[in-house]
Amino acid sequence: MQLKNIFKFNGGVHPDENKIASTRLPIAKLAIPKKLVLPLRQHVGHVAKVKVKPGDQVFKGQIIAEADGNISAAIHAPTSGRILKISEEILPHPSGLPDFCITLEADFKDTWIEKKPIPWKKIEKTQLIETLSQSGIVGLGGAVFPTHMKLKTNQKQTIHTLVINAAECEPFITCDDMLMRERADEIIRGSLIAQTILGAEKCVIGIEDNKIEAYEALKKAAQKTTVEITVVPTLYPSGDAKRLIYLLMGIEVPKEKRSVDLGIQVFNVATVAAIYRYLEFGEPSISRIVTITGAVKTPQNYEVLFGTPLSELIKAAGGSSNKQKKFIMGGPMMGFDLPSIDVPVTKAMNCVIESSPELFPTPKPVMPCIRCARCADACPVNLQPQELYWFSKSSQLEKAREYNLFDCIECGCCTYVCPSNIPLVQFYRYAKSEIIAQDKSKEAANTARERNEFRLARLEREKKERAERHAQKALGAQDKQAEDDKKSTIAAAMERVKQNQQENIKN
Amino acid sequence: MITALLVMIFLAILLGLVLGYSAIKFKVDGDPMVARIDAILPQTQCGQCGYPGCKPYATAIAKGEADINQCPPGGDAGAKALAELMGMEFKPVNEKHGVQKPKSVALIDESTCIGCTLCIQACPVDAILGAAKQMHTIIASECTGCELCLPPCPVDCITMEPVLENSESWKWKYPIYNIQKAQKA
Amino acid sequence: MENRSPYIVNAPSVSFIMFKVLLALIPGIALYVYVFGVGVIINILLASLTVLLTESVILAIRKLPIRPFILDGSGLVTAWLLALSIPSIAPWWIIVLGTLLCIIFGKHLYGGLGYNLFNPAMVGYAILLISFPSIMTHWQTPSALMASPMDWLDQIKIIFKNNLLTKETIDAMSSATPLDYIKTQLTLHQTLSSIQQDKIFGLIGGHGLELINLGYLAGGLYLLKEKIISWHLPVAFLSTLFITALMFNVLSPETFASPLFHVMSGGSILCAFFIITDPVSAPTTPKGKIYFGAGIALLVFIIRIFGGYPEGIAFAVLLFNICAPLIDSLTQPRVFGHK
Repeated sequence: MQLKNIFKFNGGVHPDENKIASTRLPIAKLAIPKKLVLPLRQHVGHVAKVKVKPGDQVFKGQIIAEADGNISAAIHAPTSGRILKISEEILPHPSGLPDFCITLEADFKDTWIEKKPIPWKKIEKTQLIETLSQSGIVGLGGAVFPTHMKLKTNQKQTIHTLVINAAECEPFITCDDMLMRERADEIIRGSLIAQTILGAEKCVIGIEDNKIEAYEALKKAAQKTTVEITVVPTLYPSGDAKRLIYLLMGIEVPKEKRSVDLGIQVFNVATVAAIYRYLEFGEPSISRIVTITGAVKTPQNYEVLFGTPLSELIKAAGGSSNKQKKFIMGGPMMGFDLPSIDVPVTKAMNCVIESSPELFPTPKPVMPCIRCARCADACPVNLQPQELYWFSKSSQLEKAREYNLFDCIECGCCTYVCPSNIPLVQFYRYAKSEIIAQDKSKEAANTARERNEFRLARLEREKKERAERHAQKALGAQDKQAEDDKKSTIAAAMERVKQNQQENIKN
Repeated sequence: MITALLVMIFLAILLGLVLGYSAIKFKVDGDPMVARIDAILPQTQCGQCGYPGCKPYATAIAKGEADINQCPPGGDAGAKALAELMGMEFKPVNEKHGVQKPKSVALIDESTCIGCTLCIQACPVDAILGAAKQMHTIIASECTGCELCLPPCPVDCITMEPVLENSESWKWKYPIYNIQKAQKA
Repeated sequence: MENRSPYIVNAPSVSFIMFKVLLALIPGIALYVYVFGVGVIINILLASLTVLLTESVILAIRKLPIRPFILDGSGLVTAWLLALSIPSIAPWWIIVLGTLLCIIFGKHLYGGLGYNLFNPAMVGYAILLISFPSIMTHWQTPSALMASPMDWLDQIKIIFKNNLLTKETIDAMSSATPLDYIKTQLTLHQTLSSIQQDKIFGLIGGHGLELINLGYLAGGLYLLKEKIISWHLPVAFLSTLFITALMFNVLSPETFASPLFHVMSGGSILCAFFIITDPVSAPTTPKGKIYFGAGIALLVFIIRIFGGYPEGIAFAVLLFNICAPLIDSLTQPRVFGHK
């Protein structure tokens, strides 16, 4: 393994890796649970549309909720069984709030719906992407963006380089590492498929230099292919897509632009493997590799069906050894506390860590910021975290935005190095979501203003129209009067004529 | 003495010319103040301020007829923003006009509604659908929570339902700080 | 729920940083004692004691936790820096008063640790210098230059009760600093080369003083190595001072002292590594730090040569402290992906 032509970004940190414990054992398959809970929102974009009703019998791999529009992903039954209910359940989300989920009762027969491999070499690209939108595959690195949308390119955007993200820079997480060791072949084939679909000239895998076995496996699988494997130094957060692109190619993705605008597309290793399995075998996205580690007895990686309650995974890993029973989803740098151990495994769940006071001690008391700028030295985006902290803390949100708060990737490096133990990232998360909420309410206020103005204009118009009608009516009444006058004149004349005639007759 | 006088006069004339020129050159058309105040107001159009809507209130503030603390939906944060814009001292919202409530939307009990259309006429943002003798319903996404539809309803079938946090509208909270706990102790 | 990711941290604490700074001052202090005797130790002890007492009282009044804020060590750094800045034969109440001024006006009136606009030590020093100019400019003669070296008892006497000593002894003990001496002698139309024949001058700086400065330099390099301070401030300060002094020196070597003299005299080294590196009152951006250091150096040189005081560090630092927020806002570094 050698490091060559690496472009170093500012900052970054070297936390203890803690990866060895969960790589001692191979990936195991977790047994089918009795009940599976499948949230309708497991991806970025629109919530999937339910296609089943309670009582329905479904097969493994059958679509139970379909993609709603382009930016959405389908949800498949991970095993065969019966739909129990569609209800609100607690999700593995920092909010701990419930959202709609489909509950499936397994029949343990695990009967597949007819699997249809897709002759991807033969069919046209638009059609291929259409089929992929049925696959339920989303970015498995954690971003959960619908994959078919990332493969869709238009004439304006030609992709020249496909980057496969194998950095896995967060401590504790090893699901990609193990996948590469055991299924390097699927990853390479998937990468080649993605490269072909995108029409990219180059395909580069970026891997950190702490995953020697995985690197060897990939190198072996990539022999005789054009896939390049580039080793990057172990430095958190090199697995962030924009950071990885910079490391590999020295290209900075400009703000408010995506890498595709520069002709670079990034996929996670697990995502390309899923693409391969879908096209080659017709297997949609129904499971993923999850690392369970931390204070559990036997840390290991498991292939888990989506919807499996987390408690099953914990049981398989030897249950928890301490009383605290606190679990973290994701890595220790960007993860969050899980609201309960009954949450289902979702497409975004790459790692679950059982917390313990030894692993993650309670934070020390917070001292005032002394502006030492260690955070600025550690910031991979080259922000000034101490200024952002000042503005976020005092809720000067506009100012925070001006200092590029939204360029923050919430990697947590600043908090990691803060001598005053200030939870800096938490302040940025707060400020960001507060700004987003304010923008939303501002937008709502603008709509309300428009609607109010429209209504006032309408009332005004109606008033005018009414006035006009009144005027017309009044005019009409006058006409009638005139007519009446005429009529009465005529009548009077007739009367007179009649009288005259009668008089004449009499005479 | 005379030189000094002349210098002063000359300076006065010069500065006067500069001022006069800039008054013409940099003249601001219209009254952007009303629009800027209106942009801060929450646009609930509830009339709690004593004016028939947000814009009339904004106009009144710009003219100096109304105070900046008469808008309960805007809350103290809104009053603060107004104070900053107007260069005035901040005042908390005057309770005479009401208190800030959590954001709510109106909900019509559709079984009780008699279809009288009175609420439709009261709604400042046309957020109620319905026709005479037909059941009415509220477009929740457009409702500003102004409560103006409540009084006219003859059968009291409209209630205000607070908007609860869901996984989409959920926000990260202000971090809890150890030292603050320590400070209080 | 708590949600406090990142769950892991790896950072030196504020106390650790501050105690490293104190540690880095030790070589300088040791050489100080070697050159001048124990007077400075007494001043440091007095200052430390005053800081601990005053801060405890203020923290109690402000209802802040006392332990963490005393243990953070920032008060001690201020106290030591002030003790090293004042003459070691100044009466005891000078350092006590100065420390009080530092802690009250320099630090806690602004909100305590992390909120001070000015460098607290320099606030105290500047007030002392303006209020007691005579005491603050009477420096001790290095022991080696005195006819009869004074013993440590005399030093204690002069600090605590100077009427116990005869006027002759006191006069023998005190002298002007080289910077001061050059300034006064130049006004008497002496040439620099003849001025520097005086015994108070050493190889490049003041006799003995240059040794102490070397001690500070060693401490400063240690801080750089330990990454407690960034290189920008000392490098910008010292190089600007050197280059400016060099230009004047080349123009007129008989009126302007050599650049090395400027760097090794007065408080230059202490200022470069310990005073302007106070993170709270200095800019935080790399470019800002360079402007800050360079600006202070220029001002120091101007005050030394053209100003009314022989040394201008305190005023230069305070003036630039005011500019720090502006410097920061004007020198924001380029964010990743921005132009």
